[in-house]
Amino acid sequence: MDHIFFFYFAAVIAATSLLVVALRNPVYSALSLLIMFFHVAGLYVTLHAEFLAAVQIVVYAGAILVLYLFVVMLLSIKSEERYHNQLPLAGLLGVMLCTEVILLFIKSQTSAIAPAATADPVAGPGNTEMIGEALYSTYLFPFEVASLILLVAMIGAIILAKKGINEPAQ
Amino acid sequence: MEIGLRLAVSLAQIAAVMGVVMLTVMVLTLAERKVLGWMQDRMGPMEVGPYGVLQPIADGLKLFFKEDIIPAGANKFLFTLAPILALVPAMIGFAVIPFGPSLTIELFGMQIKPFVISDINIGILYILAFASIGAYGIILGGWSSNSKYSLLGGLRSAAQVISYELNVGLAIVGVILLSGSLSLVKITEAQAGGFWNWFVIAMPFPQIFAFVVYVISSVAETNRVPFDLPEAESELVAGFFTEYSGMRFAFFFIAEYANMILVSCVAAALFLGGWNAPYPGTILGHIGLDSLAWIENVVWFAAKVYFFLFLFFWLRATLPRLRYDQLMRFGWKVMLPIALGNIVLTAIAAYFFPR
Repeated sequence: MDHIFFFYFAAVIAATSLLVVALRNPVYSALSLLIMFFHVAGLYVTLHAEFLAAVQIVVYAGAILVLYLFVVMLLSIKSEERYHNQLPLAGLLGVMLCTEVILLFIKSQTSAIAPAATADPVAGPGNTEMIGEALYSTYLFPFEVASLILLVAMIGAIILAKKGINEPAQ
Repeated sequence: MEIGLRLAVSLAQIAAVMGVVMLTVMVLTLAERKVLGWMQDRMGPMEVGPYGVLQPIADGLKLFFKEDIIPAGANKFLFTLAPILALVPAMIGFAVIPFGPSLTIELFGMQIKPFVISDINIGILYILAFASIGAYGIILGGWSSNSKYSLLGGLRSAAQVISYELNVGLAIVGVILLSGSLSLVKITEAQAGGFWNWFVIAMPFPQIFAFVVYVISSVAETNRVPFDLPEAESELVAGFFTEYSGMRFAFFFIAEYANMILVSCVAAALFLGGWNAPYPGTILGHIGLDSLAWIENVVWFAAKVYFFLFLFFWLRATLPRLRYDQLMRFGWKVMLPIALGNIVLTAIAAYFFPR
């Protein structure tokens, strides 16, 4: 049963990820990205990480992708302007990534089978509490660094937006 | 067999909740016009049936038989998809709303919670997640109509929903800090035992500011007056659904009302004690009718929800529409700092005075 769900989610994720870059219409690309986010969330649910699933949808589907869509609609990008002749570079990177994945796959086949990570879901504290514990004790430093980076990004956005407001009009 | 039975019970629960929600939407369409009428010293709809009570049925029939128009140059696929994308997230959130006490009954050897379809441990996040998806229906509906009014309405709505969703989420955090759970059932249970335990006024830190922020932001998130910029009649004809007609229009309409009911249910469950009566226990329970006490609980929940729904109508009859820059400034510079400050103070209070 778990395998059926996993393969369904994995197949849809792979297919919609391809569609995101393959479709001509940028709005359709955004929509297939939306479907992909939902299936990634589904994958989290099968791993008993409901909190991550909900956050995945709130943050990516609910906020970031809406902003993408917003920009796409405002700019009305023409379909032929999209690739900027990136095919050689993209092909090179793609081949490299593919070989990496294949190498890893072969290696994992030869070495011992990975320990069964999906033991029974632990009773006791739910995964929301567990994430909170880990985030604010073990990973406190990376967490604070991430918040600092976000703060810098916010200040940068404000400076970019305010540029020219205080200068005298031409 | 076991799975089939469980599925049948779940489907029955879903059908019951859907039925109640749709019925409430029908009642609301009439109630809104009646309440607005009374507040403006009019009668409201009086033609169909005695005192106009059959008006929703007449409206429904009219929408069914209207011609379904897809404007020239519209994106047919997205034009069809948008109303569905608006309606489904609005309905799906009701899956985690507890309408009554969280008692379990045995049926065919299964544990069933009759008043909540699914008590998942991230209930409130689930509602937030799907509420944020509702924006897609509006944006895509506005974009695919190939009309300037619709596009402007859709863009306004995108910005507005993102801005105010943030405030809704932050306003809720205080309640989560006090209750220590994301499940709506547990949050409601934490408020049992009288109105002084309701989170809106509960010690150690009353969530009254969060409550005000939540109510204002949820009015904005459902695109209701005074925040109905996405469909401002005087400037955008009808905003994002200008080009829609017939059942597709009805879908947007039902989605708006279902969203109103949903945010009212969440407000009742989070801040006003959900199904709990404002006094300890229930009257029916005190006089020895424990098996009927759920009736009183459900009535209290419905009363709280209808209070919020009335508030929506009241605001509509009272307040003029904000300008767009006022709306944005209000959301980001007034609501957001209040919500953030509330989180800080609640966290300090919850740390020093654990419940």
